[in-house]
Amino acid sequence: MTRVGFNCDQLQDWDSLLPVMLQQLEACCRSRSIALDPGQLPHGVQQLLRLAQSTPVHLPPQPSAISPVGRLGRFTLETVARGRELATFSGEIILECGALSRGQTTFRLRDFWSFVQAAGAEALPIVSLISILVGVILAFVGAVQLQMFGAQVYVANLVGLAMVLEMGAMMSGVIMAGRTGASYAAQLGTMQVNEEIDALRTLGISPIGFLVLPRMFALILMMPLLCIYADLLGIIGGSLVGVFMLDLSVSEYFSYTRRAIHLNQCLEGIIKSTVYGLLVGFAGCFRGLQCGRSSAAVGEATTSAVVTAIVLIIISDALMTFIFNLLKMG
Amino acid sequence: MTRVLTVENLTMAYGKRLLQRELNFTVNQGDIFVIMGGSGCGKSTLLRHLIGLKQPAAGRVLYGGIDFWQAGAEQRSRILRRAGILYQSGALWSGMTLEENIALPLQQYSGQKGTSIREIVAFKLALVGLSGFEHYYPAELSGGMRKRAALARAIALDPEFLFFDEPSAGLDPISAKNLDQLILEIRDSLGATVIIVSHELASIFAIGTNAVFLDSEAKTMLAAGAPEQLLAESADQRVIDFLTRGKGTRGAPTL
Ligand SMILES: Nc1ncnc2c1ncn2[C@@H]1O[C@H](COP(=O)(O)OP(=O)(O)OP(=O)(O)O)[C@@H](O)[C@H]1O
Ligand SMILES: [Mg+2]
Repeated sequence: MTRVGFNCDQLQDWDSLLPVMLQQLEACCRSRSIALDPGQLPHGVQQLLRLAQSTPVHLPPQPSAISPVGRLGRFTLETVARGRELATFSGEIILECGALSRGQTTFRLRDFWSFVQAAGAEALPIVSLISILVGVILAFVGAVQLQMFGAQVYVANLVGLAMVLEMGAMMSGVIMAGRTGASYAAQLGTMQVNEEIDALRTLGISPIGFLVLPRMFALILMMPLLCIYADLLGIIGGSLVGVFMLDLSVSEYFSYTRRAIHLNQCLEGIIKSTVYGLLVGFAGCFRGLQCGRSSAAVGEATTSAVVTAIVLIIISDALMTFIFNLLKMG
Repeated sequence: MTRVLTVENLTMAYGKRLLQRELNFTVNQGDIFVIMGGSGCGKSTLLRHLIGLKQPAAGRVLYGGIDFWQAGAEQRSRILRRAGILYQSGALWSGMTLEENIALPLQQYSGQKGTSIREIVAFKLALVGLSGFEHYYPAELSGGMRKRAALARAIALDPEFLFFDEPSAGLDPISAKNLDQLILEIRDSLGATVIIVSHELASIFAIGTNAVFLDSEAKTMLAAGAPEQLLAESADQRVIDFLTRGKGTRGAPTL
């Protein structure tokens, strides 16, 4: 066989699948040095084929096959590079804080207040809902166990301590990671895509001072307040279970709660939540500024901001709990 | 004529992917210098090298004899302060109104205060035909209006260098022609040097005084010179094709 031709008399209709198939056929013929004569094909098909072949194929740089050792090496290099980016970002934040304290940065107070509004007042509904429910759940789980010993009145202690020490800060931290951290990453990522960050840089305005600091400060300021609010609502949630399920009186429940909690412990939760605020803002802004130049990259930045923030929250929680315990013993 | 911007042996790459190598050209004071070439050949990337957003893989960018990438941070920001940039996507700050967008560079460097800044902003907006849009956000404007607003921001500080990335893309023919006129007038009134990325043959021939042609296949520049001269004298078929919109024969540019 030396030639392939076509008979299209019976052909009534065709779509893009035909030229695709013909291209494969042509490649197949070429490899066997058989001539292909497209002359009888419908005019449109011929034209499409010619068009598809007129621009040379762009060959992306071939990822050469890598040995496991090479892969390990590359992984190491990438990790080091990522670590360096992180260190640079942290360093820039510290430098910009210095510049800010000397009044040398462009810090827009109006932006700051709008972020405070978004990270504070606008977060209240969701924080309320989650905190009350967490309080209810803690009380419920505790009540079932404590009732076995006739000690249901200690539900108040359990809920109060758990909220103040851990859950108030932790839950508001996680909520803010999903809410505010994600939105920071998306905002900065979109600005990266639109070259807005470049426009700031070339103007000699640091994106850190102009975009990152107001966002981080707003979160650091609002998180402790949200934490106190979450503590209170969690305790109220617990009291619902105490009053309606365990037949405690409201005043009884709250006096037990008050006796169980020391101011130091409240402070512990508040300090933790401040750190979470810092971490959530940091993760959101860092991922946002790292973002690539496509809308898909913005999505990735948002996801990884939330994941990073939650991981950081858990790790720092473990660390801080450990440190606070050391301090108490010492 | 004084050389204000010189590019020497510039090589551009993204990671291992080479985009262009050994670019050499000079921009003179008062030039309207056109960077031409097919889509994706690296024109925007070249601009990013010139305005300090991307470091060259090799080679130098000289501003009046100062090697930009060897200079200290202080000197670099002094150079950039003299430049106005219109990005391909406009890059207006989306969280701010037009007035705030244009006022930000002024607040940063002009040393002016409140009312006079507002007056300058109103003047710049009037120059680009956007009077009365001070309190609009970029998202509330059409694409072409956004381009013009970005132009107003680029000229906020009366820069010596103007970098335009496809200013007339997305404009109707009349607006595009007016924009050309505007660029000429700004150049003349500010005494600025304009470096412009453009595909628009009409505007290349109308306002371009000098040009380079980049090619993505050859991965280097194929020609440099005044657009008419390139059309008349270039030996390279790819340049002729580009300048004649693919007709491939010389003669008056078909517009
Ligand atoms: N951040 C990046 N990382 C990797 N490659 C990139 C990046 N930005 C651009 N490129 C590649 O560099 C090439 C040149 O891009 P550039 O934006 O400079 O083209 P251009 O000449 O301005 O094209 P157009 O006329 O379409 O705007 C493109 O092929 C693109 O794939
Ligand atoms: Mg471009």
